[in-house]
Amino acid sequence: MSQLLTREEICVPENEVYHRTCLLTDAALTYCPGCGHGTAHRLIMEVIEEMGLQADTIGVAPVGCSVLAYDFMDIDMQQAAHGRAPAVATGIKRLYPDKFVFTYQGDGDLAAIGTGETLHACNRGENITIFFVNNGIYGMTGGQMAPTTLPGMKTATSPFGRDTESMGYPLKITELIAMLPGTYYVTRQSVHTPQNVRKAKKAIEKAIQYQKLNRGLNFVEIVSNCNSGWKMTPLESNKWMEENMFPYYPLGDIKVPKQN
Amino acid sequence: MKDIRLMKGNEAFAEGIIRAGCDGYFGYPITPQSEVLEYLSTTNPKERTGMVVLQAESEIASIHMVYGGAAAGKRVVTSSSSPGISLMQEGISFMAGTELPCLLLNVVRGGPGLGTIQPSQSDYFQAVKGGGHGDYKMIVLAPASVQEMYDFAKLGFDLAFKHRIQVMILSDGAIGQMMEKVELDDQMPRLTDAEIVKRYPWATTGKTPDRKRNIITSLDLNPVKQEIINQNLQKKFKHIEETEVRFEKIQCDDAEYLFVAYGSSARICQKAVLLGRAQGIKVGLLRPITLFPFPTEELARLAEQVHGMQVIEMSAGQMVEDVRLAVNGRVPVAHYGRLGGIIPAPDEVLHVLEQNFITSKTEKKYEPAAY
Ligand SMILES: Cc1ncc(C[n+]2csc(CCOP(=O)(O)OP(=O)(O)O)c2C)c(N)n1
Ligand code: SF4
Ligand SMILES: [Mg+2]
Repeated sequence: MSQLLTREEICVPENEVYHRTCLLTDAALTYCPGCGHGTAHRLIMEVIEEMGLQADTIGVAPVGCSVLAYDFMDIDMQQAAHGRAPAVATGIKRLYPDKFVFTYQGDGDLAAIGTGETLHACNRGENITIFFVNNGIYGMTGGQMAPTTLPGMKTATSPFGRDTESMGYPLKITELIAMLPGTYYVTRQSVHTPQNVRKAKKAIEKAIQYQKLNRGLNFVEIVSNCNSGWKMTPLESNKWMEENMFPYYPLGDIKVPKQN
Repeated sequence: MKDIRLMKGNEAFAEGIIRAGCDGYFGYPITPQSEVLEYLSTTNPKERTGMVVLQAESEIASIHMVYGGAAAGKRVVTSSSSPGISLMQEGISFMAGTELPCLLLNVVRGGPGLGTIQPSQSDYFQAVKGGGHGDYKMIVLAPASVQEMYDFAKLGFDLAFKHRIQVMILSDGAIGQMMEKVELDDQMPRLTDAEIVKRYPWATTGKTPDRKRNIITSLDLNPVKQEIINQNLQKKFKHIEETEVRFEKIQCDDAEYLFVAYGSSARICQKAVLLGRAQGIKVGLLRPITLFPFPTEELARLAEQVHGMQVIEMSAGQMVEDVRLAVNGRVPVAHYGRLGGIIPAPDEVLHVLEQNFITSKTEKKYEPAAY
């Protein structure tokens, strides 16, 4: 029998398959176990680290479960009022055109109270990147109906299911902004399986890389779970997401830059 | 040679911010202040100084663009008139909570609601008492001439960065629209990004290895910490009250009666003082230049000297409350206000003062001009 390897022999660069990015702080994540926000944070920070952008990055946190994103991301960050992150990011980017500026927003933040700021930042073609975590619900305030809540979906304010007749339809804001000439790259991803995590990371890389081109706004939607708000276990919520969210919000690129 | 020009108040403000080294202006059109954005759009500040000018989709967006720029240490400005300033209260409150410096101009028009596009002073409470949610104050400057619309741009920036506070210039449609000569200063250079990093170590300019990350937030869920944050804010406001009071006194030395008025109303009262003096009435004018901090001490001092104070405002009586607090019952304080965009005339306000403090009510009749 061959000899067992020592810790030192195993921990060599060639063997490394994963390391925790140094751009995540040591603060314990405040998200519910199983929630997609944490994975989304990690991917964005990994990419910023790998691209060596820490000193050039200014992030904008929303109001929503990820309001404390600045506690976890080791970069300069501003906390914006509910829905106003795209306007805040516009102010930063216009004055620091060489910095990498991004917002991180939930669906209530981006597609309800901040719809105006979102559409117009996209329409002006602001050279910023928006990370949009769509969990179809207001997670932070305790699971009320969001603009993205699916028809029939039960929430604290649609306890009998979203009735489209009186409550309207889920807003496909990502498709909407993809139609605007001001957006450059628009994609929809998820982070609930290793395969999807890898794809999402690629998309995040592009959305960050493209900002350097100054061609317009780059937009990454991440369809995610809110196991607490949906009142499911993390596993159930992922299954429910695949069966119900993805048909309405299909994954994949929605707008890709023209080859030139 | 001096650079003297004939300008509108709104244009003078726009030129003032360019020359004071402003980095960015974000705004949305509204009468009677649209000339600010128009002037900035036609005089090419981008080429002159590199200053950014952007027409936002709303006043809400404007103020949050200002928030983003200010949080990154830039000298940023927005301007509007009453309905637009109401929309901005959310962002102003967030800037108060994060102690961000910025310059805001309100060219006040009459309200409530859409009201009128004519001048008014009915936003005094909103400007001076906070306006948005939470316990906060802004420094409020009240220009009474086109020259001051220009001068207060630089003064406003200086105060904003000195105290990390929002400075509002509370003007009105008359001062914004009227034309007077203005003496302009030389162009001040804008700060470089490196200078900003050095001067404003709190600014979110990108985390470098030599420092911890900078976070601009007004959130703290720990009530003990939140109370301390608020107490520190109050300390700052107190310090500002002790150090930044500005006012102008006109013919006050021997005054027996006093007008108290700011902005356009002060201009009218200035003329009324001349009319009164010509009639042998010993009348003076105290013009607050800072509305917060308010010249409370000076008014208390004058209360020992005069027989009565006549407050003139183009409102139903807002500043008069602060005058009464300062005077604390020592002399009678009367209020006279015109509403809805009507500007009182000098002889009208002098007549009111005489009626209230000098002649018996029945003796003289004043016939106001028909509007
Ligand atoms: C002006 C304002 N209105 C309402 C709220 C309350 N509020 C906080 S978070 C939130 C919804 C957040 O939902 P979402 O953006 O979907 O984020 P999630 O928590 O689901 O990630 C609301 C309504 C607020 N903070 N500010
Ligand atoms: S409430 Fe929902 S969105 Fe918020 S942390 Fe929990 S699972 Fe995530
Ligand atoms: Mg949500």
